[in-house]
Amino acid sequence: MYQTNYHRASSVQEAVEMMSNVPEGKYLAGGMTLIPTMKQRLAAPSDLVDLRHITEMRGIMVDGRSVRIGAATTHEEVATSVEIRAVCPALCGLASHIGDPHVRHMGTIGGSIANNDPAADYPAAVLALDATIVTDRREITADDFFTGLFETALEDGEIITAIRFDAPATAAYQKFANPASRYAMTGVFVARRDNGEVRLAVTGAGSNGVFRHRGLEAALAANWSPDAVANVTVDASDLLSDLHASAAYRANLVRVMAKRAVAAA
Amino acid sequence: MGVEGIGARVARKEDKRFLTGKGRYTDDMTVPGMKYAVFVRSPHAHARITGLEKTAAAAMPGVIDVLDGQQLLADGIGNLICGWMIHSRDGSPMKMGAWRPLANKTVRYVGDAVAIVVADSVAAARDAAEAVVVDYEPLPVVTDPVKALEAGQPQIHPEAPGNLIFDWELGDAAAADQAIAGAAHVTEMKIFNNRLSPNPMEPRSTLGIYDPGDDHYTCYTTSQNPHLARLVMSAFYNVAPENKLRVVAPDVGGGFGSKIYIYPEEIVCLWASKRTGVPVKWTSDRTEAFLTDAHGRDHVSTVKMAFDGNSRITALKVDTIANLGAYMSLFSSAVPTYLYATLLSGQYDIPAIHANVRTVYTNTAPVDAYRGAGRPEATYLLERTMETAARELGISPAELRRINFIRSFPHQTPVIMNYDAGDYDASLNAAMAAADWDGFAARKAEAEQRGMKRGIGMSCYIEACGIAPSAAVGSLGAGVGLWESAEVRVNAVGTIEVMTGSHSHGQGHETTFAQLVADRLGVPIDSVNIVHGDTDKVQMGMGTYGSRSGAVGMSAIVKALDKVEAKAKKIAAHLMEADENDVVVENGELKVAGTDRSVPWSQVALAAYTAHNLPAGMEPGLKEGAFYDPANFTFPAGCYICEVEVDPETGQTKIVQFVAADDFGNIINPMIVEGQVHGGLAQGIGQALLEGVHYDPESGQLLTASYMDYAMPRADDLPSFNVSTSNTPCPNNPLGIKGCGEAGAIGSPPALINAITDAIGHNTLTMPATPQKVWAVANAAN
Repeated sequence: MYQTNYHRASSVQEAVEMMSNVPEGKYLAGGMTLIPTMKQRLAAPSDLVDLRHITEMRGIMVDGRSVRIGAATTHEEVATSVEIRAVCPALCGLASHIGDPHVRHMGTIGGSIANNDPAADYPAAVLALDATIVTDRREITADDFFTGLFETALEDGEIITAIRFDAPATAAYQKFANPASRYAMTGVFVARRDNGEVRLAVTGAGSNGVFRHRGLEAALAANWSPDAVANVTVDASDLLSDLHASAAYRANLVRVMAKRAVAAA
Repeated sequence: MGVEGIGARVARKEDKRFLTGKGRYTDDMTVPGMKYAVFVRSPHAHARITGLEKTAAAAMPGVIDVLDGQQLLADGIGNLICGWMIHSRDGSPMKMGAWRPLANKTVRYVGDAVAIVVADSVAAARDAAEAVVVDYEPLPVVTDPVKALEAGQPQIHPEAPGNLIFDWELGDAAAADQAIAGAAHVTEMKIFNNRLSPNPMEPRSTLGIYDPGDDHYTCYTTSQNPHLARLVMSAFYNVAPENKLRVVAPDVGGGFGSKIYIYPEEIVCLWASKRTGVPVKWTSDRTEAFLTDAHGRDHVSTVKMAFDGNSRITALKVDTIANLGAYMSLFSSAVPTYLYATLLSGQYDIPAIHANVRTVYTNTAPVDAYRGAGRPEATYLLERTMETAARELGISPAELRRINFIRSFPHQTPVIMNYDAGDYDASLNAAMAAADWDGFAARKAEAEQRGMKRGIGMSCYIEACGIAPSAAVGSLGAGVGLWESAEVRVNAVGTIEVMTGSHSHGQGHETTFAQLVADRLGVPIDSVNIVHGDTDKVQMGMGTYGSRSGAVGMSAIVKALDKVEAKAKKIAAHLMEADENDVVVENGELKVAGTDRSVPWSQVALAAYTAHNLPAGMEPGLKEGAFYDPANFTFPAGCYICEVEVDPETGQTKIVQFVAADDFGNIINPMIVEGQVHGGLAQGIGQALLEGVHYDPESGQLLTASYMDYAMPRADDLPSFNVSTSNTPCPNNPLGIKGCGEAGAIGSPPALINAITDAIGHNTLTMPATPQKVWAVANAAN
């Protein structure tokens, strides 16, 4: 790791000010990606501004079916939230299978979404739940937020403060883990609203990061059953291909995980 | 057996310090003035070095010096060598290319060391290493061993035309060909044995200390054989003469073979300590370990197995290409030859065997022994072929094996080995009973109801351990003898120190060796200390690999104990005014048999050192040494059965049960043996299901350089193992021990692949059987 300067912010405003005063700063949330990357000398921020101690960014609020999760909330807090479990247990299940216990106690939902790792779990949930990403300066819909591999709509210095969504009627997440890293090699989050609308998002498979599969959504909106995915074509040409999984294999996994998610929902 | 003697499940003495963080590993060693090293490594798989600019790096804060390969050469430090001479079938010696500890002209794999930076901190050394500017002229690359032998491929070493190191054979080609021509059935297969990274928990580390006052060097290092390291560094690398070089291998956190060899870093840190005047410590990070630890396996073979009309094997013919990487590591030549082809008879009576092995250079990390070393490759080839033959012949895999088992001992195979004892039916029957083999069809039908494909597979392995009779291995090309040494030092108060040339890096010698002493002398194991791993404390010894510490290392202790006991009896007889032939050792006392006269062990020890009242002419003291050279290899064998369920939609394999029925001869500590089997099975299952080193074939970059891409087995990948042992004692060593360290890794891969191919009904599957591969093969079959 190259030398860096550490700053601990106690409010969102202070964090923004700190960041504006340093040359090559990075916000630090759980640090579960940033710190290992720095240790490998692949990232060298001059300064780190720690967001984990900002009270207004922490905590879970559920009001009816409306859910608000502070961006600095850890995966463990989401996984074990009784309030979230009552309205959207699929999200608790997803959080409980991120990384390992160490990662879940350090990593945060805001950090995961801001990083937008193409194999991370949360982006699939945020997209399928039609969530709103609240920042220090605006609100961004999930459809507009994820723009590519490790790319988001966030501007320089912009901080995610919370994630908001209305809990769907039913939802589920199914992940097929990479045998080595245990990240999602393909993960599918499906959510169905009372009005029959279905959103289905895929992580770990897209060559441009997390994406919604409109064909599967349409098939499931028409027929909410695991069998509905059988005749949907998943185009492999937009999917990642690597040592562990070819695009064709991932295309198969998208269908299988979608089927299993619907069955589990 | 007492509660602490041979056969007892004694809790490991060493675990207290390991489990409480009190182990002392090389990286824990700190000496005054010590500085830290980082190596500058080649980012290219093959390149000519055209320039090296280090002035700016050397001037950076905290940097003591930056040393390169030209300086190392100028100081007369020698090439790394392979210590086992193999001759090609045309009689020519193997073609060993030069391996410089710091490359000065050409780099041949990604990670090849080019320079060393010594600085006040690891961070400062790393900064400076990044500032060393090496000019490379990239050369074409070849990573695939089959391709490396083809015409027009990059030439890696001038000494080895066409990248061929040797073209060796064993056995009778004409007899095998004749039997194949006249066979009722011939099973033919192409077999790949995947390349593995050893992944010990503790990465390699070394601390070089030069003392100008005495012109003396000390090397702390992660070694399985510190005396061998000292010998090789003195005799071949010109680091220092043996009497001026102390090598210490303190607690070592796993080796699996990869810490047998002397690597460039040990040599360079010792040399750098003299050049810089400061002690120099280097510890590998995990990516360096993936890049530079000697890898294992990497064979491509074709096999023909011939049968007569009664399903008896009449011949086996094997053609193997073994990838040795960019340089010949210390024992690399022995692994695909005398540790491999000599085991191709397996548990079967095969009249004619011929093996042809070609070893090749490629632009990849050196390949050498890894848990099992040659024997897993032989077993995988043989047991995949047996299973395939059974399917082709339409008889059960168990029956085909039974038809061909060796049942009379000693048995001379056509490939050197002389099996001394075994009962292969016993382990096969035990495994089949434990696995409820007969109930499989019902379980398969039940799984089918759930949409799962269930399969079962077996593997009957044999291995050669207790390496090895010195004269025999010498005649086959070994540069060293493979005996072992021991010294038993009884202190004046009766406590005991055993200096052993074996080295424990997880095996539990501090417990099992103490159990042997406790068993022989009736003293508590807490009064016995096992001392190993330091050339200043322990007489010359040969170290630990090839499951040799029990069969060879403990046999040396037995010989030394014989001498100690004989002298103690003389002293006791003198003290009790009895005939020494009437004295027996029992429960920590020396007794006159059949009487109530006795003296405690401690009193005999004290008498030996006070020397006030010893038999006339006897030297004072009670300390004896012995060297033991085994008469033969030992031959552990067993039967493994694996049952799997494959999810046809994803290709995911779940191991439903794994049964291991082993014959290790006599057992010192069943708990430690079970631990060895569990660990071996985990590594074998890792090879079969998860692990594989991958290089980019164009660039030679290592694609699996971290745990993000190299899949290690985790607890949830493994079932709860069902292990048992039967026992035909080894007749060739005093304890009847065969060895157990490698069996799990040797026997398990073919059992697992046989099970998966049985489940999916398609036989073309290579290791590791990842979900993607199984899915692709299963779907191609439909």
